[in-house]
Amino acid sequence: MLANIAIVLFDGFAFGMLLFVLSVGLSVTLGLMNFINLAHGAFGMLGGYVTVLTMRQLGFPFLLALPAAFLGAALMSIALERTLFRRLYRAGELNQVLFTIGVVFVATAAATWFFGTVQQVIIVPTWLRGSVDVLGLPLTAYRIFLIVVALIITALLVFGIERTRLGAQIRAAVDNQRVAQGLGLDVERVFGVTFALGSGLAGLGGGLAIEIVGLDPSFGFHYLVYVLIVVSVGGLGSISGSFFGAALIGIVDVAGKYFVPEIGSFLIYLLLVAILFVRPLGLFGKR
Amino acid sequence: MVDTTLARHHPDGAHTWLKRQSRWSVFEIAFWLATLLPFFLFPTYLTLASQIAIAALFAISVDLILGYAGIVTLGHAMFFGLGAYSAGLISVHGWGEPLTGLAFAAAFAGLVGFIVSFLIVRVQHLALIMITLGLGLLTYELANALTWLTGGTDGLRGIRTWPIFNQFRFDLWGYTAYSYALAVLFLGFLASRRIVNSSFGLALRGIRENVRRMPAIGSDHRRHLQTIYTISAAIAGIAGALLAQTTNVVALDALSFNRSADVVVMLILGGTGRLYGAILGSIIFLVARDQLAGVNPQYWYFWIGLLLMFVVLFMPKGILGGLARLVVRREP
Repeated sequence: MLANIAIVLFDGFAFGMLLFVLSVGLSVTLGLMNFINLAHGAFGMLGGYVTVLTMRQLGFPFLLALPAAFLGAALMSIALERTLFRRLYRAGELNQVLFTIGVVFVATAAATWFFGTVQQVIIVPTWLRGSVDVLGLPLTAYRIFLIVVALIITALLVFGIERTRLGAQIRAAVDNQRVAQGLGLDVERVFGVTFALGSGLAGLGGGLAIEIVGLDPSFGFHYLVYVLIVVSVGGLGSISGSFFGAALIGIVDVAGKYFVPEIGSFLIYLLLVAILFVRPLGLFGKR
Repeated sequence: MVDTTLARHHPDGAHTWLKRQSRWSVFEIAFWLATLLPFFLFPTYLTLASQIAIAALFAISVDLILGYAGIVTLGHAMFFGLGAYSAGLISVHGWGEPLTGLAFAAAFAGLVGFIVSFLIVRVQHLALIMITLGLGLLTYELANALTWLTGGTDGLRGIRTWPIFNQFRFDLWGYTAYSYALAVLFLGFLASRRIVNSSFGLALRGIRENVRRMPAIGSDHRRHLQTIYTISAAIAGIAGALLAQTTNVVALDALSFNRSADVVVMLILGGTGRLYGAILGSIIFLVARDQLAGVNPQYWYFWIGLLLMFVVLFMPKGILGGLARLVVRREP
């Protein structure tokens, strides 16, 4: 029993780390521009399909396909941001929501057109298959890999935000956009870069997700819901908030589905509504 | 947008202005007479016509909170589905009288709406969207899990709707269904029209335009929002009940996110903050979907997505808003 709990906790944490990689970009861009980008999950899906394509068509190894997924999603996001999203920063939230839902619908239809509705499968390297014994517990190798990758990304993000020039600019713009602009900071440019990085991370998350949750055209919407839950629970514009929010949601979701399968699928929605009722700005939100 | 400055310049102010706003125009009367045309011109499409009437009533309920009070919702199918299931369930359990079924559905959806409204008034922006989305998905998963009650993915079967007033039996061609749905739509429209043209309706628009100033002029904005949300939930419940009674089946899809999204699309297409926008949007949306029925539903959403992007970028006030602007430009 105790071993079961430990394994469920581990699986839940790994799932949470996947959610973290998928959602941290949205949290930061939302905090920056208040731009509600419901197409964030679609960038994750794009990354997933880039992974599948590069591995299958170009014969990339898995570890090379992941950066390709990052790049693919980031490039696509730059193109969309420059041409379309840019016009919506000053529009109301309803317009942002509708426009980006429109993007999700188009992306879903396009993915169905090109790849069909079947689940995509990739073959991960042998060292990521099977399980490893840690303290007598059989832990899946891939999930350990996932957690390590997520922790490296977290470390890089925290370092980047705390120690680099861009990080300082992002922090300033999140804290008070007007003052930052008044001091000569080009917030739109900072936003453009952050948006590309965040979407790239979503793409990387999409690539990492295939082995755990699969990939089909509904990915963009299905994981959008998870991502939004993480963001609204963790609070906007906060990396640590996203980290703990994602870990919490991941563990509750996996534990709920394992221990109480009858109500497991709506446990996270219940958690979401309860948290937002008590703290409308999220658990770690400041604004 | 209506010109509210008129109220200030008029001698006895707001009251006259409100009265003038609520006068019936020729276009409105012509429009409602035109809703009778399907009986004569397209008798084979009466089922579609009743679907449109139901969707229009649902869209009106969303317009009341989204277009007038400014509450962005992505989960209103929750109340539509609750209405559909409650009307369906009392019929399955032996009471198929349609009008009391509607009343029961309205009461139940309205009660849940009232409870939820305490959550709604606490939050704004993203949290508001997330609460509505979360509650919508929660209800969907709940109905999916309670198979013994709702039939789960198989849908609720065995609904038997009695003749209306014990007189008008539901027929295969949809004469009764369309007459019934149209009559209920018209009543719902009248009630909504009365609401938006009242001082309460004006207070709602005030909340939409600037939520912080309303308390400053002594308006209890929380209570107003709760009231309209409850009313809107009840109307959505009636629309759902209509669907259950005219089709005799309730599928899980009545609660789905797609239904919540579709209704917002219809509203945006027609124009928010105008009751006729809701109706026009549902006509265009459902007729287009019917004409493109041969297309795979996945690709149907491709066009919906493109349409959404187009409307947001180029016609932010919807079709009716665009038309209104043209008319105003012509007669300065």
